[in-house]
Amino acid sequence: MSSSVYTPKLPRWWWLHHAGYRRYMVRELSCIPIGVFAVMLIVGCWRLEQGPESWQAFRAALATPLALVWQLIALAFAVYHSITWFALAPRTMPLRIGARRLPASWIAGAHYLAWAVLSLLVLRIVGG
Amino acid sequence: MNPSPMPVSAVGANALRTITLEVFRFRPEQDPLPSWQTYQVPCREEWVVLDALNYIKDHLDGSLSYRWSCHMAVCGSCGMMINGKPILSCKAFVRDFPDHIRVEPLGNLTVIRDLVVKQERLLANLSAVKSWLIPKTPAAADEPYRQTPVQLDQYRHLSMCINCLLCYAACPQVALNEGYLGPAALALAHRYNLDSRDGGTFERMQATASADGIWECSFVGECSEVCPKHVDPAGAIQQMKLASSLDWFARRLGLGERS
Amino acid sequence: MQTFHADVIIVGAGGAGLSAGIAVAEQDPSLRVALVSKVYPMRSHTVAAEGGAAAVIRAPDTLEDHFRDTVSGGDWLCDQDAVDLFVAEAPKALTRLEHWGCPWSRAEDGRVQVRSFGGMKNERTWFAADKSGFHILHTLFQTSQRFPSIQRFDEVYALDLLVAEGAVGGLTGLSMQTGEAMVLLAPSVIIATGGAGRVFPFTTNGAIKTGDGMAMAYRAGVALKDIEFMQYHPTGLPGTGILITEGARGEGGILVNKDGYRYLQDYNLGPPDPWPRRKAMEMGPRDRLSQAFWHEQKKGRTIKTSAGDDVVHLDIRKLGEKFIDERLPMVRELSRAYVGVDPVVAPIPVRPVVHYTMGGIDTNIDTATDLAGLYAAGECACVSINGANRLGSNSLTEILVFGTRAGLQAADRARSQVDRPATNWDAQIQASFGKVSGLMARTAGNESIVGLRGQLHGLMEGAAGIYREDAPLRAACAEIAGLRRRYRELAISDHSKVFNTQLFQALELGAMLEIGEAMVHSALARRESRGAHQRLDFPQRDDVQFLHHSIARSGGQDAPSIEHKPVNISRWPPGERVYGGAAK
Repeated sequence: MSSSVYTPKLPRWWWLHHAGYRRYMVRELSCIPIGVFAVMLIVGCWRLEQGPESWQAFRAALATPLALVWQLIALAFAVYHSITWFALAPRTMPLRIGARRLPASWIAGAHYLAWAVLSLLVLRIVGG
Repeated sequence: MNPSPMPVSAVGANALRTITLEVFRFRPEQDPLPSWQTYQVPCREEWVVLDALNYIKDHLDGSLSYRWSCHMAVCGSCGMMINGKPILSCKAFVRDFPDHIRVEPLGNLTVIRDLVVKQERLLANLSAVKSWLIPKTPAAADEPYRQTPVQLDQYRHLSMCINCLLCYAACPQVALNEGYLGPAALALAHRYNLDSRDGGTFERMQATASADGIWECSFVGECSEVCPKHVDPAGAIQQMKLASSLDWFARRLGLGERS
Repeated sequence: MQTFHADVIIVGAGGAGLSAGIAVAEQDPSLRVALVSKVYPMRSHTVAAEGGAAAVIRAPDTLEDHFRDTVSGGDWLCDQDAVDLFVAEAPKALTRLEHWGCPWSRAEDGRVQVRSFGGMKNERTWFAADKSGFHILHTLFQTSQRFPSIQRFDEVYALDLLVAEGAVGGLTGLSMQTGEAMVLLAPSVIIATGGAGRVFPFTTNGAIKTGDGMAMAYRAGVALKDIEFMQYHPTGLPGTGILITEGARGEGGILVNKDGYRYLQDYNLGPPDPWPRRKAMEMGPRDRLSQAFWHEQKKGRTIKTSAGDDVVHLDIRKLGEKFIDERLPMVRELSRAYVGVDPVVAPIPVRPVVHYTMGGIDTNIDTATDLAGLYAAGECACVSINGANRLGSNSLTEILVFGTRAGLQAADRARSQVDRPATNWDAQIQASFGKVSGLMARTAGNESIVGLRGQLHGLMEGAAGIYREDAPLRAACAEIAGLRRRYRELAISDHSKVFNTQLFQALELGAMLEIGEAMVHSALARRESRGAHQRLDFPQRDDVQFLHHSIARSGGQDAPSIEHKPVNISRWPPGERVYGGAAK
C-alpha cells in the first residue's frame, strides 16, 4: 500500500554549499598540515638524538624557502583551528561561579591566556 | 492563526508585492520524480512564506501539500528549506527575501509528498535516548521537588526544543549516517542529564555514547545556527562528549560510574 | 483496510489525550492504548498556551477561593460539583507534572512560583516562563514515551465513531500519509481533540482546531453543551491573531485607548491603580475586557493600524527589559517578529480575538457522555467547569485533571468489557468510508473549500461575535443550513491518496459547518446575556429562564434541536459578578 517516497541524496560537494559548511571543512582539513608539522617535530627529536650534525642538517632543511612556506601554511591552519576552537569553548564548557554564568568572553579569554602562557613557556625553554 | 489569506481584492492593493515562489513538488502517484512549480503570489508586507503558501493552496493550486498549524513558531510543523536554508515558514518574513523564493522540503529527510517529510526518525530517536525524567530520588506524593532558579537555568535553554527538525536538515551527519541519533534528540537527552531532579545520565549514555550517538557529531555547528529556539544542540553534544570521556576515564581508574 | 484492536482509543494527543494515555498506562500496563491524532503529539495546540495553569499551592490561597473565582468567572453556569472536584485535583495534577520534569518557574528557595491572572483573588498560576503550554505538552509527550502499552497512530484522521446498542465500539480513520482506511476497535473511546476556534476568522487557534472531534461525537448523537459560549481573549496581535498572554497584564501591563487613557475604568473595573489590583482593571475577566474594547471601538476611541485594524495598546514598558526577558520572553519575541514592536520601548497593538470554546461535548463529572464507553476531556468537552466564561489558566489544569480522569474511567470500563461479544460493524464502516470516497470521486462542483469557509467565517463573526442579536443570528441559522447543503456538492481537485491535505481540509470544513450551526442555534435560543454570550436585545442575565445548560443535538442534515439541562448549583447560589475596587 505504501507508495514510493523520495529520498534526497547528500550531494558530493555539499560542503561547498554554505559558508558555515566551508568554514567547518577548513577546520577539518587543518588536521593535515598540523599533523604533518607534528611529524616534522618528531623527526626533529629523532635527528637531535643522532647527534649535532644530524640536528644541524635538520635545521638547515627547515630553513629552505619551501619548508618555510610549508611552516607558514601549517601555522595559519593551527591559528585558524585554535581561534575557531576557542570560540566554541564557552559552549562546550559552560562554567558558573555560584549563581552566575561566566560570560562566554571570559572562557574564550582564558583559553587565549593559556595559549599565550604556554607559548611563552615554550619560547623560554627553546630560546633560553 | 491567520485567517486563511485573503483574495487579492481583500488584501489592500497598496501593500502588495508580487513574488515568485518556486516550489518543490513531489506527487508519487502522478510522477515518481520530483519537479519544480512556480507561482506568482501577491504578498502583504507582514506576510510570512507560510501565508504565501496558504494563498497558493486557497487560490492557485489546492493540491500543494505541506504541514502547518500554530503560525507562531512553537508547534514545529512548518519547517522547510527556503532559499536553501532550513527555517520555519511561519517565521520567514517575505520582506526579508528577494522577489524569487525557492521552497523545498527539509533536507536530509525522506519526502512523502511535496513539502511533507517523514518525521518518524526523530520520534524514534527521542525514545531511544530516553528523553524523559528518570528520577534521582523518588518523589514525595504531593510535594514538588525543589529546584532553584540556578538549577533550572542549567537546562532551561535545552528544554526549548520544539522538535521542528531544522537541525536534522542542517546536519550533514544526519544524511551520512541513517542511524545517527541527531542533534535534537541528543540535546533533549542532555536536557534531562542536566536537570537536578534527574539521575538517568548513565542509563541514557547507553544510547547517547553509542556508535550512533554523540561521537558521530563532528561539530559542524550548523544545527545551532538554524535552531529557531536557540537550543544550541552542538554545544550540548560537545558537553556530552566531555562528560562521556570523563566517565570513561573514571571507570578505567576504578572510580566507579559517574551519573 | 487495516483493523486494530485496543482497549482504549484516545483521539487527540494534546495535553488531555496524553494525560489520559499516561493515566491508562499507569493504571494497568496490560491495557492497549491507541493514541490517534491528525498531527504528531507535539504539534497539538496545547503547545501554544502561554500563561500558565491554576492550582492552589499555598496560603493565603484556598480551594474555596479557586472555586469562587471559577464559578463567578463562569457567571454561575459552571457545575459546582465539577468545580469542587477540579480545584481539589488541580494541585495534584500540576505536582505530578512537576515530578515528570516540567520546568516550572521557581522562587529562589526552589519552590514553584505562582503569579496572578485575570479574575483571580490570589496568585495561583503556575507557569514555565511564558511557554507554559509548550512545556506541559512536551513534558507529557516525553513522559508518554516511557509506556510501551501506548501505541501512537500519528497523522491518522478520525472519521466516525462506531456505535451499536447505545455503546461506542471504536472508530474509522484515514492514514494521512498513505490514504489507507483504518478501523480501530475498543470498548472505550476518549475524545480529546481540542476546541473549534477555527470556525471564526480571527482566532488564536492553530489551523488544526477545527472541531473534528466534537463533530464526530455530535454526529453520533451526543449533545454539545453550552456551545454558544466562545471566549474572546482581549489581547491578540492584529493581523495574525497571535496571543499576548494574560501574564503580561498580570505582571503589570496596562491597556490604554488612543488617548492613552486606561479605559477599563469606564466599565466598572476601576479604580485605575498603578499596580495590578486583583480582579480589577486589566486583571478583570476576559469577557468583560473584550466587551469593553467593543464599546471603545463604537465610541471611536481605538487606534487604527496601517493595515486598517482597530486596536488598543498594551503597555508593559514600565516592567523594564530585564524583567520582560526573564518573565515574558515570548511576548517580546512575538511582538518583535509579528508586529515589529519591541515592547521594551513601545506599546503593543492588541485587539480581542477568538480564543477558547467553553462549550463542547456534554459529559458528566466523570468525563462520560451519554453514549456508553465514550468519554471526552479538554477543550472539546464541557464538564462543565468553565461555564459562560473560562477563567484564565484553568484550561491547562483542566486538560490534566480531566484528561487523567477520562483515562481512569475508560480503563475501568475496558476492564469490565473483556467478554463483550463481537459486533459486526461492516455497514457502519462502509457508510463512513463511503462518504470519503464520494467526496474523492466528485469531479464537478461549483463549491470550493475556501468559498464555503469564508462565508461561514463571515456569518460567525457577524452574528456570533462579542455581541449578538436576534435578527443576525436567525439569518445565520438559515444561511449556515444553506452552506451545509452546498457542502454536499463540494468537489476537490486533488484525488491522490498520499498526504492529500485538501481532502482533510474538506473534512474539517464539514465539521466546522456542523459546529458553527450548533453555535448559532444555541446562541439564538439563549435570550439573555451571560459571560461571553452577550445579547444586545437581552442585555441582562436571566436566572429564572436561562440558568441552565444549552444542549444542542444534531438533526442530521437538518437543523439541530436545542434543549436544556440543569446546572449543578450545589452550594453557591447565583450572585452578582463583582470586579474592580468592589471585588473581594
